[in-house]
This record gives sequence, structure tokens and C-alpha cells, in this order.
Amino acid sequence: MPTTSLSLTETPLLAGILRRADDALILGHRLSEWCGHAPMLEEDIALANIALDCVGQARSFYTYAAEVAGEGLTEDDFAYRREAGQYRNCLLVEQPNGDFAGTIVRQVLFSAFIDPYYRALVSSRDATLAAIAAKAEKETAYHLRHSGEWLIRLGDGTDESHQRARAALDELWPYTGELFEVDAAEAALIEAGTLPDPRALRVEFDATLDHILTEATLTRPAGGWMQSGGRAGRHSEHLGFILADLQYLQRAHPGATW
Amino acid sequence: MTPAEADLARRAHTAAATVCDPEIPVLTIADLGVLRDVTVADGRVEVAITPTYSGCPAMDVIGIEVQTALAQAGIPDARVRLVLSPAWTTDWMTEAGKAKLTAYGIAPPAGKASRRALFGEERVTCPHCGSSATEKVSEFGSTACKALWRCRACREPFDYFKCI
Repeated sequence: MPTTSLSLTETPLLAGILRRADDALILGHRLSEWCGHAPMLEEDIALANIALDCVGQARSFYTYAAEVAGEGLTEDDFAYRREAGQYRNCLLVEQPNGDFAGTIVRQVLFSAFIDPYYRALVSSRDATLAAIAAKAEKETAYHLRHSGEWLIRLGDGTDESHQRARAALDELWPYTGELFEVDAAEAALIEAGTLPDPRALRVEFDATLDHILTEATLTRPAGGWMQSGGRAGRHSEHLGFILADLQYLQRAHPGATW
Repeated sequence: MTPAEADLARRAHTAAATVCDPEIPVLTIADLGVLRDVTVADGRVEVAITPTYSGCPAMDVIGIEVQTALAQAGIPDARVRLVLSPAWTTDWMTEAGKAKLTAYGIAPPAGKASRRALFGEERVTCPHCGSSATEKVSEFGSTACKALWRCRACREPFDYFKCI
């Protein structure tokens, strides 16, 4: 594998695949940071399991991206040889883990979106995307249930846990708008039946959150100003630190295997 | 397929079906439903396997062990192909496989893998004492495909093979 960063001509399809792949990889990486640090053993195992599902989903999408891009690229080229500006993940998934409530709220927000998204992607006219989604949606259903149950316990728990859950919800809410953004290139893919329209999932997203938040004695923040930029490669400073960690080995020893 | 190729495919299938899951060694990949298909094209055997979960780390080992089992059966350079569709479901696990799981101390998947409500109830029987007075400790266990449960009757913890 060459040392240089990847120079890519992103077709709409490739960009669409990379959004899904990068969301999964970066969230998986963030969750893996909990390994050995979670509040209790069972949760350590659970977070590592969810991380593993995410990285597995990312691998399937990157493998397809490599096939679409051609030129002999592999899944690893996409993960290890792109700069932060070439990453297409939403800003939500790169946010730091924070306290346990922060990680759980981030997981609930993302899962409440991606679970119905994958279920809709199962009907894609693109057979490969449909197959990846059929696999992934069974996993994200578990992620949503697990994080949802935790959020209920935290919100409807002690004053301290309630306050932390509410603070995390307020802090992360402005990153949810980006999940439903559609640019011109993606609109064409939606039109062609390759990708589902995320805007059509808004009602289900809100309903799922309300169901969880009501039991958690929390309330869904009202609209408000939304952060944006991740899909276009404008990331928070956090992504650079993630990539420095994630890509270190391949950047220092290109093509290393074991 | 010619009769000779069909015979080769049958022998290859028999050999591949003996490979055990590295994490749950009492189950073969055939019991699990991970072994999907064995075909022969231009004299070369191709074995299709499917992962239980997207990130299942056992797939590489299973692939190598399938090739080894075939080589030992006199079928060299078989190809292993990873297929994602249709997505693996616990419904493909054989009844014999479920019985082997219980005997091994792992509760087999309960019921059909239909979509459940967000916070649905599950009834799982303790593989040690058979009691249904059990409770979930964690949605996630020692591997991606298992959850952690405990029995309130015999007080033993146990793994439950999740129903997906």
C-alpha cells in the first residue's frame, strides 16, 4: 500500500457509500475507546460488541466502495489513506465519548436514525447495498434497544444521572440535523432508488426518541440551530485526533500486515 | 454441473460441513447455517459462507479451516466466498444444533426471528436446570451472537444465543 493519501474522484455513488462507511467506522472507533474503561464489565463487553458491529458494517461498505472506485483499491485504502477532509461522516459520530451518559445519548440519537435508514436501504435497487443493509439492520435494532434502555435508566434514575443525561442531550442535539441533510448528488441517488430519502425517516426518528425520552422523564429539545459540514468534509477538530490514532500504523509502516 | 462435478461438490460439502465454529466448538458451520453453498465451476470448488454478524471475527478462521478440511479430503485450492445476502438468521440453525448448544450450556435462540417491539419481552429457558425463571443481565455477551443471562432458580449465569 503506498504511503501517499488517496486521490479520489468521488462519483455520487461512491460519496453515498462513503457516508455510510465513515459513519460506521468513526462511531465504531469512538465506542472502542471504552474498551477496558466502561463503568462495569457487562457494559464494557456491550460497547465493544457494538463497536465491532459498526466496524464490520464499515468494512462491508468500504469493500463495496473499493469495487466501485476500481483501480485496485481495497477497503484498507479508504480507512487508512484518506485525510480528515476526505471523510464523509456526520459530526455526531466523531464527538468525544464524554461521560457514560454522553456516549449513551450519542448512541441513541444515531441508532434511532440509522436503524430505520438501514431498514429502508434493504429495498435499494443496488443489490450490494441492500445486502449490507439487511445484515446491518438486525444489529442496529439491538444497538437502539440497548442504548434506549440505558437512557431510560439514566434519565429516570438519580438526580445526578438525570442531570447528566439531560446535559448530554442538549449538547448533542444540534448534531442531529445533519443526519437528514440531502445534497444534489444524494438527491439523484434517492431519485434512482439507490438510497432511501433520510427526510422521510424524520417522523419515525422523532417517534422513537419520544417513546424513549418520555420513559426517561426527559424531553426532546425543540428544533434550534443545527451544526453541519461533516458530509462535505468540514469536520470538528476531533476527527483529526481520531485519524492520528486510527491511521498511525499504516502511515508509519505502509502496507504492514500481521 | 457434470456428474463428476456434482460428485466433487458433494464430497466438498461433506468435508466443509465438518468445520466447527471456533468460538462455539460444539457446533459445525452446517449446524449454524453459516455454510451456504458448495459449487464447482471449471473443476474448481467454491464454498459460500455467510457471517452471523457484520463484524464477526471468526470468518477468516472459518475460511482457512474450510480450505484445510477440503485439502485434507483431497480437494486442493478451493475458493471461499463471503456472501451477505440473504442475511443470516438464527432460523437457519438446525434442531440438532440447538440441542448441542443446550447440552454445551448455551441457551439456543428462542422462537422465530421476527421483528420485535423496541423493548420486547423474551422468554429463555436455563440450559443448566431447565427453569424459565431467568433474567437478562446484558444484551451483549462473550461474542457478538450471544447475550448474558442468569437463572434465578439455580443461580447460574449462562450465555443465550440471540435470536436475529
